[in-house]
Amino acid sequence: MSAVARANRLTPYMFLAPAAVVLVFALLYPIGYMVYASFLDWSPSQRIGQADFIGLRNYANLLTDAAFLESFWVTIKFAAVVVTLEMVIGVGLALLLDRNIRGMSLLRTIFILPMMIAPIVVGLMWRYMYHPTVGIFNRTIKNLGFETGIPWLSDSTWSFIAVVIADVWQWTPFIFILALAAMQSLPRSALEAAEIDGATEWQKVIMIKIPLMMPVLIVTLLLRLIDAFKVLEVIMVLTNGGPGLSTEIVALRIFRTAQEFQELGEAAAMSNLLLLMLMALTIGMFMYTKIQEARTARMLKAAQQEDE
Amino acid sequence: MPKIQLENLVKRYGDFEVLHGINLEMEENEFTVFVGPSGCGKSTTLRMIAGLESVSGGEIYIDGKPVSNLEPKARDLAMVFQDYALYPHMNVAQNMSFALRLQKAPKSEIDSKVKDVAKMLGLTEFLHRKPGELSGGQRQRVAMGRALTRDSGTFLFDEPLSNLDAKLRGQMRAELALMRQQVQKNMIYVTHDQIEAMTLADRIVVMHGGYIQQQGTPEELYKRPVNKFVAGFLGSPPMNFLDAELTDEGGKLFVVGSGFKIALPEERAHTLPANAKGPVTMGIRPADLTFAPKAADDQSFDLQVVVSEYIGAQSVLICDCAGQKVEVELKSDTPIALGEKLRFEANTDAIHLFDRETEAAL
Repeated sequence: MSAVARANRLTPYMFLAPAAVVLVFALLYPIGYMVYASFLDWSPSQRIGQADFIGLRNYANLLTDAAFLESFWVTIKFAAVVVTLEMVIGVGLALLLDRNIRGMSLLRTIFILPMMIAPIVVGLMWRYMYHPTVGIFNRTIKNLGFETGIPWLSDSTWSFIAVVIADVWQWTPFIFILALAAMQSLPRSALEAAEIDGATEWQKVIMIKIPLMMPVLIVTLLLRLIDAFKVLEVIMVLTNGGPGLSTEIVALRIFRTAQEFQELGEAAAMSNLLLLMLMALTIGMFMYTKIQEARTARMLKAAQQEDE
Repeated sequence: MPKIQLENLVKRYGDFEVLHGINLEMEENEFTVFVGPSGCGKSTTLRMIAGLESVSGGEIYIDGKPVSNLEPKARDLAMVFQDYALYPHMNVAQNMSFALRLQKAPKSEIDSKVKDVAKMLGLTEFLHRKPGELSGGQRQRVAMGRALTRDSGTFLFDEPLSNLDAKLRGQMRAELALMRQQVQKNMIYVTHDQIEAMTLADRIVVMHGGYIQQQGTPEELYKRPVNKFVAGFLGSPPMNFLDAELTDEGGKLFVVGSGFKIALPEERAHTLPANAKGPVTMGIRPADLTFAPKAADDQSFDLQVVVSEYIGAQSVLICDCAGQKVEVELKSDTPIALGEKLRFEANTDAIHLFDRETEAAL
């Protein structure tokens, strides 16, 4: 092989190299550090080299740590509830707004605004609105003639509902936008065929639109699920995990373990578990896409063989 | 089965009128073909009959009942789409039975109908495949099958063969003609392909610019086109048009142009309107010219052969007649030398004359 040809073959890798370097320093190094730290009994006053190596004890402790298990359960509950609500509302809105209305593009822009606000700001905003006396919700409730307002952030059930509402408010637009895009790229003629076949609007949604949107919806769902497991800022600002542990999701637990309890090793172990879980989800998502692609390829091949 | 009438049917998009008052009656069990170039309004008309496009003016009657405000499903029709419009997530059997399932027909009835239609279309072994696993021709069949399973009175076809390659198209066209004999239904078929129109139709409706130009049997339209557009649109290779002058020399009519002077048969003198003399467009089909070196001067053209297109048994000669292009279709074994000036005899009974301004047939 000539020198020129070899250089040509190496060109793509040369372009990739800077990104790879950044990735190694900014991603792999900290992750490696974290994985290593999760095997240590390490307090912030020590340098990492001074910490004792304790093997898997941090992980073993986690499995018996009621507070961690509680926050793990809260996270799963939170993710399941918000993602379900967001999917239903987001897809529902998309179904309602999938038509040519004047000013639709403006409406769409307004819809995605919540997504663009920094999470801390969202948290602060909702904290004011949930305020027991001056917040808009309780003021409205009192104006309507009810004696007592809702203990939004001071009751364990209500505070969970409160953080769910805030998250749904912020992230439903994400699903709405993706669902709307998927819907608008559906084959028009298949829907017309369904109309001729006698399907009502509702039957078209259930039997044609939703099944055809499924691939996009599944990817959207996984993206949201991954995000919901990592949620931190809004809840930190709104409730800081309280009252009790009612809204303490894993991310917050990790933050407090490191900051308040000064247990860096244990915090690293928690982070690691969360990471593994998210990776499982992500790999699931990739597998799904791969399977889809393989299926399409197989179909195409089968069809082409017969098309002689 | 039902009788379909269009009365002053108008379609407007905003201020832009695309269909200008279509009037048409389709008899029971008739195969009607709407044919015309892109944008002539043929698909729009079909979609209005189907109920997929709203009616801006006029009315559609099915068996005397106005339907233009009814939903598609209330009109009792089935439709085959250009891109087949199969439901990608359902298998062939589910695609074909969709309408019946929506009607909550008994399962045994659905199964037997799907089985019958699949057998008729040769789809039995594909019933469990999804559309993505089928070839173009098979998908086409499934689209037909979906329409047939429904057993509705009227079938609408929106350019159903245009996505197939040439060979498959010919094959499906023949199958359609066969199906046409077996299934006694109203069929309305939209195409831009005049061969499909000629071979399938009981009645052809030629459309252009949002107007019906002419309707009738394929033979009527081929032999007696009412204007230059219809004459040029039907027939392949298309009719030749030559600028000419209609003159009267002592009671005998001649069509005179640069390079030719053809005598018209005597009876044409009685049928042509008196004011027809003067500039006209003469039309003659390529097949109505024959190679005849000894033909009379006033029965023939002297043409310079420029290109010969060999298409098998027939060849099409592209010739020059004093600056105007003339095509001649003849048997390929006719001894023709390129570049030479040769004499071709015209079938003077088949000469068409059109008004130069209005393009209407004289």
